[in-house]
Formats: sequence, structure tokens, C-alpha cells
Amino acid sequence: MSDTQKDISPSRRAFLRGAAATGVGLAAGSAAAQGTPDPLITEKQDWAMTTGAGVDETPYGLPIKYEGDVIRRNVPWLTADPISSINFTPIHALDGTITPQGCAFERHHSGAIEVKKEDYRLMINGLVDQPLVFTYADLERFPRENRTFFLECAANTGMEWAGAQLNGAQFTHGMIHNMEYSGVSLRTLLEEAGLSAAGDLSDKWVYVEGADASSNGRSIPMEKALDDVMVAFKANGEALRMEHGYPVRLVVPGWEGNMWVKWLRRIEVTAQAVEGREETSKYTDTLADGTSRKWTWVMDAKSVVTSPSPQSPITHGTGPLVITGLAWSGRGAITGVDVSKDGGKTWEKARLAKPGEKMALTRFYLDTDWDGSEMLLQSRAHDDTGYVQPTKAQLREVRGENSVYHNNCIQTWHVKANGEAENVEVSS
Amino acid sequence: MSKFLPKLMTATALAATFSIPAFAEGFGLGRPALPEEITAWNLDISPNGDGLPVGSGSVEDGEMIFSENCAVCHGEFAEGVDNWPKLAGGDGTLADKDPLKTVGSYWPYLSTVYDYVRRSMPFGNAQTMSDDDVYAITAYILYSNYIVEDDFVLSNENFLDVDMPNADGFIIDDRPSSEYTIFTEENACYENCKDSVEITKRATVLDVTPDEAGTDQAAAEPAPEAAPVEVAVAEEAPVEAPVEAPAEVVTAAFDADLAAKGETVFKKCKACHQTGEGAKNKTGPILNGVFMAKVAHVDGFKYSNDMLGANEAGAVWDEAHLAEFLAKPKSVYSKTKMTFAGLKKDSEIAAVIEYLKSVSQ
Repeated sequence: MSDTQKDISPSRRAFLRGAAATGVGLAAGSAAAQGTPDPLITEKQDWAMTTGAGVDETPYGLPIKYEGDVIRRNVPWLTADPISSINFTPIHALDGTITPQGCAFERHHSGAIEVKKEDYRLMINGLVDQPLVFTYADLERFPRENRTFFLECAANTGMEWAGAQLNGAQFTHGMIHNMEYSGVSLRTLLEEAGLSAAGDLSDKWVYVEGADASSNGRSIPMEKALDDVMVAFKANGEALRMEHGYPVRLVVPGWEGNMWVKWLRRIEVTAQAVEGREETSKYTDTLADGTSRKWTWVMDAKSVVTSPSPQSPITHGTGPLVITGLAWSGRGAITGVDVSKDGGKTWEKARLAKPGEKMALTRFYLDTDWDGSEMLLQSRAHDDTGYVQPTKAQLREVRGENSVYHNNCIQTWHVKANGEAENVEVSS
Repeated sequence: MSKFLPKLMTATALAATFSIPAFAEGFGLGRPALPEEITAWNLDISPNGDGLPVGSGSVEDGEMIFSENCAVCHGEFAEGVDNWPKLAGGDGTLADKDPLKTVGSYWPYLSTVYDYVRRSMPFGNAQTMSDDDVYAITAYILYSNYIVEDDFVLSNENFLDVDMPNADGFIIDDRPSSEYTIFTEENACYENCKDSVEITKRATVLDVTPDEAGTDQAAAEPAPEAAPVEVAVAEEAPVEAPVEAPAEVVTAAFDADLAAKGETVFKKCKACHQTGEGAKNKTGPILNGVFMAKVAHVDGFKYSNDMLGANEAGAVWDEAHLAEFLAKPKSVYSKTKMTFAGLKKDSEIAAVIEYLKSVSQ
């Protein structure tokens, strides 16, 4: 794998750079000049004469080597070590809305652990009628549901609070993925243990923790727990990957990724929030006056242009250009996305590939005719609560500049005449 | 006959537990959690003290335990090493630019400290501390933040008496009133939204983005104003160090199975040491090639003075020297920065050495 990356990445990068540097007018895709026959057509190619790979060459397939640069990447200086750390989904190179598990970002607080299905146990305790222990096989016998949701880390875009910092959509917005989960509703499991012992449910909580050394415990209000939270064991049709919590993780639709506890081992019904490390010292938001917001669980509406972007420059010159990106809201469905090419002076409506689904990624396109002039590309999401994605200036006005989490501001890419793009911040 | 009575009663009581209404209405899946099982996992502690075990620990004991187990990442005075969390300081900085958020300046509840340390620390060796040790560490962290005096003893009895400075510093999410009323369709502009647009900041000026390959680049140090993390550099002036005689060279045949076992044991070491392709010095030095290398052989790592002395004296990490060091590091190099207490089992030591051989070939 690493060999492949080494083989492919620099050359592709050089290609992108080179193509961009030669400037507008040279279409990188059309190698042969007009009037000269294309040897890829006129000459017999090896692949058209010999045989290809047999069916069992790769019992579990990986992307073809030419896509070897579509990988997760990390930013080493962000964290003290690579075990309690994070990497980023290559959203600049993906299309559609489903994130393949193999390149979906990872965030661990004590490293990704290997737990066999046979060794898996899930306990429900606390204010329940009968504390229970489930095996993995038990979970598979409850009625199952399939639902697609985005998971966004609350720190996504957090490095951009103070100014444009990381040069690529992967790094500014790649702490996100979107998968179709199969599993059991948390409500079903809680009802199996019985909630009469909890009495009035309106002020009760569910504390969830993982089996890893960090445990990553979080408190979730009972109302949310009984609404749409899932205990999932499959994603995109196959078993969860180790790095996403194999064999079982929690799915907390629309809420910050830290609450989607991986390697889920325990669910406790409590009378109060536990106020663990991840919900006090982290994942709280300090305002300008030094007070901090807590329990900021929901992820507000947000969007980003994934291409063109710094890692995905325009290499084809002027003419038809597909501007595309992703939009999402933790409070509901995306109803529309606007795109600005002039840094927010004027906005036009983009086309949604499909109607927005609640708490899932929505793909948007703006099919345009690029004349080669510079653009300050932005996108702005609308959701079905009537909320519109704010600018960074608007957010700073309310929150100050010390925030880290929940930065859902409008992003700007400066697309230059040669097709290269850069992460910039613009005046309001 | 009567001797069967107690058993019978127990069975009846159990049967009653099984036939509670919720169970009858459910799917009948899973089994009752046993009290011992709940005790083993139900470790969370709430702000009101629910879940605190009986016990106590002093600042004085905490200082020693912290030094041995925590200081490698968090610093002797809880001031933090490299990018590892700072646990002390930052008092009164929350409204400043780049506030310093520590247990003293930020954490609202002391229960969180106990809960987290007992459950998840030390990093790479979690759940190894006794309840009293966790009380002592918690007491020491309070002391480092000037919240208690040096003769303080923390216990489950006085736990709730400790005042956390930022206990009142939090409000519940107010976005519905402070933001959702402003960021609305009615306020969304489409034409002539501003007179002019200037680029005010550029990511390429900072140049902190990793290469496309995403591997071996040395991260450029971010500009302080934009960096969300702070980097502390610990400097140590080199001084004369004791000299150790070179150990005798011992060679042994390589055992791949044992090395594989060693790789598992090595997980305890990975919090600080990297091996393999692309390994970098972290809290501890790279261990590629350590077997049969001179002590303190990795360039660019700040070793303790006694290890540097051993290097000059020609000491080599052969099997015997590695074995004694791994058993009790501080007994071999008393100044070593490695706070790991040592591997208890000879079989684990042998396995780790075999693993280190495998990354030394």
C-alpha cells in the first residue's frame, strides 16, 4: 500500500501542478493535438491484446493503484502522538454521498482496538428494571433498521477559527463521513431492560462508553436516546472497520462525532449527566468573555465546495466546469445550497443531486462555463428549519475567536486563472 | 429436607427476577448482568460524588506517583510536555486570546479528574492504579493548581468540599436563542451583498499543510497566532554522567513466534516509542535497530545524562542489558526519562526483546 502511495502520489501531484502551471487553454485530458491521430486509439494497447487479472486475484478488492492517492491523511502537528489522534477523509476526491469505509476519517483517544465478535459484550445497567448483558449474537436477533447518517467531528474546521490555515478541503472539512448503518435502535435495547425503574424519563440520561482504554464516556439525554439513536454493527453493507468501532458502535444522528461511541460496551441509565472528560474539558465552547457553552451536541448546517479546491485544481482550462460539494445539517434535511464565485457578493442556487435527507450528506453541483477568471468560491447551506449557514465573521461576532469546535462557517477557495486553488479568508 | 430450603428460595427469587413485566413484553434476549460484572464496569463518577470509591491519597504521595507515572507526558509540575495536555496553570486566561485550559483553570468538576484518571490513565497503561493512588494523583493535580495546600489529603469524605475555580464558568448550549434567530432565510442575501471583497488571510502563507503523500514530512511549526496547539520545548543542559562498562555481547537465534507475542506486549510501549517504516522520535526514541545498538544511539533524541554516559562508555543494548532495563528501568538508569515501571513477567521481557530484534534486522 505504501509503495503504491509513493509510486502514485508524487507523479499525480506533479501532473496536477504541471497542468495548472501551463495555464488556461491546455486541456490536460486531450494528449493528442487536433488533427493528429491519438495513439491510444490507433495503436493496439496491451490491455486490448492480453488477458487481465483473474477473479480471485484480490479476494477483497482495493481501489486500483491509479487511485492510490485517495487516502486518509493526518496533520502530525495537531496532536501529541498518532495514537490519540485524527486523520481526514479525502472528500476532495470523492463524489456522491456515501463514504467508503476504507477512507473514512478516524479519531481515536486511545488507539483503535481489536475486539472479536465472540469476545464482545454489551451491558445495560443503571436505572433499568433488569440490568442485562448482550452478546453480539443477541444483538443480531433484535429487529433491525437501515439508516444513512453523516458523522462529523465537532472539531471539523476547528483549525480555521483564527484564519485560513490548512490548504485543502480534506484538511479543513475532512473530519466527516456518511454511511448507511444497519443495527438496532437504542430504544429497543433500553425497553428490553425496562425503563419503569427510571420513573419520569424527561430528566433522565443515558451514559455510553467504549471498551477501549479511553472509554470515551458521554452522556446523552433520554429524549434523544429514545428518538433516533442506533446501536450499529454494519456500515455500507459490511462489518464496521476496526477503526470505526468493530464490532459495534453507537450512531447518534446529527450530533457531534465524539458521542458516537466506538467498541460500545456499556449503556447506563442515570439521573444526571456524568460530566466526563469528553463533555467538560473537551467538546465545550469558550466564548469571548471566558464563559463556555456545554452540551453543544447538534451539528449545525454546513457545506463546502470539494472541487475545485486546493487539492483538486482545474486542469482542463476554460469552458464547461463542474463545481461540486457537500452539504449537511444535524438539525434536519438540506433544502438548498447557494454558490458564490465572487466571495459572497452574489449567490446563485446550486442543483442538489437528490433531495436532502435528514442528517445525511447531500451532494450539490453547479454546472458552469468558466471563462478563466479568478473566483472566490463559496457555498452556503440551507436546512429545513430555515437556518442558513453563516460566515466566519457572523460566528465570531457571537462567539469570539477562542472557539475550537462547531465551526460551520462558509469556506472560501481562491481559484486562480491557472486553475490552482487556495484556502483564503475574505473580508465581510 | 430443610437444608435444601435456602437453595430453593434463591431459585424462586431468581425466577421472579426473570419474569418481570418488561422482560415478558420484550424479546427475551440477553441475560441478567451479575452484580460482580456491574461492579467491574460501572466505574463512572458523577459531579455529586456518586460512584466514588472509599479511599484517600495525599499530595505528598501524589507527587511521587505523578512523577513516576504521569510526568513523562504532563511534566513534573503538571505543566505539560510537548503537545501533551497541560494540567496546571492558565488561571484567569479563559477570556484571553488562546486561553490555557487546565484542570485548575477550566474543569468544572473534580469528579471528572478522578473518573478519567482511574479509567483511562496512564496512557498506554490504563486501569493499573489503585483507588488510593488515584486520590493521591488527583490531590497532587489540585496542589499544582494552588487549589489545596501541600499537606492536603483527598478522600471520598472531603471530595465534594473542594471548590473548582471554574465551576460556574459554563452555560448550557444557547445557540437556539443566540444564533438560530440570526442565521435565517430572511437574512440571506443574494445580490449586492457587499461592496468589495478582499482576501484577508491565505493558508499558503502559514504553510502548515502536510504533503499530499501524507507521510514523512517534518511538520512546519505553525504560526503561534493561528495554531490551535502549543509546543513546549524542554531543554536540558548536558552534564558529566556516570560511565557504565560495556556489557558482554550475547547473540541468540531469532524466534518469529516469540517476536509476534512481543509485538502484542509492545503495545504497552507504543504510547511513547515508534517502530517500523516512518517511525519518529516521540516521547521516547525510535526503537528500530535498537537491538545490539549502542545505548542512546538515536540522533536527535534527548536522552538522560546517564544513558549518554553509557553511550560514551560503549554500552550496547544486547539481550542481557535490555532484559535488566525492561525489568526495572530506573534500577539500570536512574535518570532515565522512561517512567514505565517495567515488565513484570520474564516471558514478556523475552518476547519484547525478540520483537525488538525483528525491528532491528
